[in-house]
Amino acid sequence: MPYILNTPDEQHAMLEAIGVSSLDDLFTSIPSALRLDRPLEMGPALTEMELSRHMAELAARNQPAGEKVCFLGGGSYDHFIPAVVDAIASRGEYYTSYTPYQPEVSQGNLQAMFEYQTLICQLTAMDVSNASLYDGGSATAEAVLMAMSVTKRSGKVLVLDSVHPEYRQVLETYLENLDTELVTVASANGGDVKNIAVENIAAEIDANTACVVVQSPNFFGCLEDVETLARAAHEKGALLVMVFDPISLGLLKRPGEMDVDIVVAEGQSLGSPMSFGGPYLGIMACRERFVRRLPGRIAGETVDRRGRRCWVLTLQTREQHIRRDKATSNICTNQGLFALRATIYLAAMGPQGLRETSELCLQKAHYAAAELTKSERFTLAFEQPFFQEFVVRDRAGDVEGLMQRACGEGLLAGVPLGRWYDDLSDCFLVTVTEKRTRAEIDRLVRSLSGVSEQAAIPA
Amino acid sequence: MRNTSATQLLFELSQPGRRGALLPKCDVPVQALASLLPEGAISEQPPQIPELGEPDVVRHFTNLSTLNMSVDTHFYPLGSCTMKYNPKRNEREASLPGLLHLHPYQREETIQGLLALLSELQDMLAEISGLPAVSLQPAAGAHGEWTALMVAAAYFRDRQEKRTKVLAPDSAHGTNPASARMAGFDAVSVKSRANGYVDLDDLRSKLDDQTAVFMITNPSTLGIFDEQIAEIAEMVHTAGGLIYLDGANMNAILGVTRPGDFGADMMHFNPHKTFSGPHGGGGPGAGPICVTETLGAFLPTPVVVRNGEQYAFDGNRPKSIGRVRSFFGNVGVLVRTYCYLRTHGADGLRRVSENAVLNANYLLSQVRHFLPSPQGERCLHEFVASAADIKKERGVSAMDIAKRLLDYGYHAPTVYFPQTVPEAMMIEPTETESKDTLDAFAATLFKITGEADDLLHDAPHSTRISRPNEVQAARKPVLKWSPAASDA
Repeated sequence: MPYILNTPDEQHAMLEAIGVSSLDDLFTSIPSALRLDRPLEMGPALTEMELSRHMAELAARNQPAGEKVCFLGGGSYDHFIPAVVDAIASRGEYYTSYTPYQPEVSQGNLQAMFEYQTLICQLTAMDVSNASLYDGGSATAEAVLMAMSVTKRSGKVLVLDSVHPEYRQVLETYLENLDTELVTVASANGGDVKNIAVENIAAEIDANTACVVVQSPNFFGCLEDVETLARAAHEKGALLVMVFDPISLGLLKRPGEMDVDIVVAEGQSLGSPMSFGGPYLGIMACRERFVRRLPGRIAGETVDRRGRRCWVLTLQTREQHIRRDKATSNICTNQGLFALRATIYLAAMGPQGLRETSELCLQKAHYAAAELTKSERFTLAFEQPFFQEFVVRDRAGDVEGLMQRACGEGLLAGVPLGRWYDDLSDCFLVTVTEKRTRAEIDRLVRSLSGVSEQAAIPA
Repeated sequence: MRNTSATQLLFELSQPGRRGALLPKCDVPVQALASLLPEGAISEQPPQIPELGEPDVVRHFTNLSTLNMSVDTHFYPLGSCTMKYNPKRNEREASLPGLLHLHPYQREETIQGLLALLSELQDMLAEISGLPAVSLQPAAGAHGEWTALMVAAAYFRDRQEKRTKVLAPDSAHGTNPASARMAGFDAVSVKSRANGYVDLDDLRSKLDDQTAVFMITNPSTLGIFDEQIAEIAEMVHTAGGLIYLDGANMNAILGVTRPGDFGADMMHFNPHKTFSGPHGGGGPGAGPICVTETLGAFLPTPVVVRNGEQYAFDGNRPKSIGRVRSFFGNVGVLVRTYCYLRTHGADGLRRVSENAVLNANYLLSQVRHFLPSPQGERCLHEFVASAADIKKERGVSAMDIAKRLLDYGYHAPTVYFPQTVPEAMMIEPTETESKDTLDAFAATLFKITGEADDLLHDAPHSTRISRPNEVQAARKPVLKWSPAASDA
């Protein structure tokens, strides 16, 4: 086997030193009745060359972004990744190390974690960040559990239906056995406005409500009125949990300036590939006063015995390996390598790079929306201001046909919304990142609108 | 030669006006921001993140990397973490654009290669575990534990049984009781005996019609196989409960025995341990779970299914517990797992376990004369040595020895775990280390036990920092850089 170093002679010498005569003798503690008496049924072992060919064949049966032009979003984005991110993150000293249990030989990782936490605080204007969680969905659920712990209220949690549907599904699973009512607040005014109506929500908040969860820009790309919502929550003693888009913060007002209590995000857009949905990075930050209820690993500054500045994992009395069933969460690791990627990404982009990235997303998305809706077939489903994503309504109601044909023309054109929203079955979500060129956008418009010439539009 | 001056923070390197990445000019007609976004939505200034050039960034992080120990650079016998070699070929394959740049909402016909891979991975994990139904969705081992407990809860709810307790031995990973709690159960601790076996009398006394699940790590955190497992499974099943196997230690038994064959109803794998996925400085991992056919109906949605030559996601699963994370799973980690399994095949996996167990037993035979192991002469993939005698005689602790190992270029074992063994040092060499390395490590450990007390109390001496003041870090938490602190 390629990674085993012991030679037959060495194996023999080792068995002798142990005092047994064969490798099988090492397993005598496993009762023979429980042992597998046949080889596992698996394909044959592949050499590196064979594996390489096999994997190339599998990869060739996929059509990735790059081969196709990607206008898909909804929590996973085709943003630009500077080469420095891969160059650094592929260093073995980072990716083959583990959780920094021995700080004296993990200062690289610990300092990077501390830098990550600082960058997240700078980005969000929040006070404290942890060293990351799994992904945006589970981070949202962890934020809600944290809010329940902070407020000592576990009766009710409100979530807007414009929060990512999969995040809401994850939240539903997390709350399933905890006797907490998850109330999904329907879109305001019915019909076409998937955007909050503060009075509807305020009416739902009661003395046993732990928090309100809002996403802005929301799943449909639209901005929500976070500040008013925060006020409404705070008036009733509940917290406001906000899901944000890190790239949007190059331009948009920061959550910390809007009186938000806990913020979470999917961090994939900060320098990580789409990778079919994972591994990603769950960002979480909060107000200073909640820090001892924050789940996950946290790095902190201290000094060594000679007074030199250094970093350690800290506040570990929150965590499962100390507190067991009383811990703030069962989470054991962070997403170290992806927090590192986000740190390198933000360092490489800088404030101007991030600002320009978000402006490009905004401008290009609005160009695409304007061009698409020149066709009579398409309208924007929502009127609210949006960032880099928007919902298109197909008046011919043939989203599947549109997507299928666009795919044949080399375009990943949009995310159909019918699977999550019955009232949006004639709608799809289009995302335009800074990577899309005008020529690509025009191709999208031609493809979708060209189809419209053949399809019947209802009068 | 190490660049010893390079320990400034990114923020201290920042220079106003310096730039890293440059973006292309906007190629669509630019509109005034005020016409696109409402007043008050735009931040007047971009975020105050540092201003650096690309060479700054590269030198900074490259120098930082040299302050880490890693599997690529050092022997890393961190018990329970299975720090084996991370194959470079897996990194290359996982970086193929056809796998790396797939969007989670792409149409199924554009991801058939990936779905075929995931489907085959489900089959391979089912075969290795002896449990036929697989979910690849959980993001980490602890996440897999919790997911499986949610599956158990749904199963009992479906049977209209109200069961409130999850039992786990006192030697279990802290994640076990924490996961039980998050899944809405009460966590109950079961005693283990000095040899690491479950105390059957204690288990019997706590087992009742309120018991939903007994969680067991077998091989245990002491590196031994609890040969009572069949009896334990029968006891738990008779009481109507389920057995959950914490798969952290699967590296010991691949192709030798299967959890499904020794009574487990559910388990998780740690691909970042057993199947060589890199640990990434603390993640990402993955935590796929395998369960019995009956429990399969309750697994998270979606799962990959094969319809003839086509692969698809099956999201129509009425009894499913739902979703446990966004999107499908940690696919990048799963691709590496697939590469590892295909590289080894059945025979190779068995040899992995044989050599992992050989290495651990050999190291135990070289160490137990001066660092006693409460479990005796034999182990599976890892063993626990105790520094209790030295602590009692000389005041030298497991921590002192661990820190001194760092001076000699070895990562420390896991210390003070399991909590049932005083001054525990949990050592797991893995199969990818050589006899030479194990000999040198054992000789170093022996040498350390003969070194002066003060030398050990003050260790490490050769690392960039000495022991950090962890009490100060927790009492006055400084969790981010701030300009004021830096000026002072």
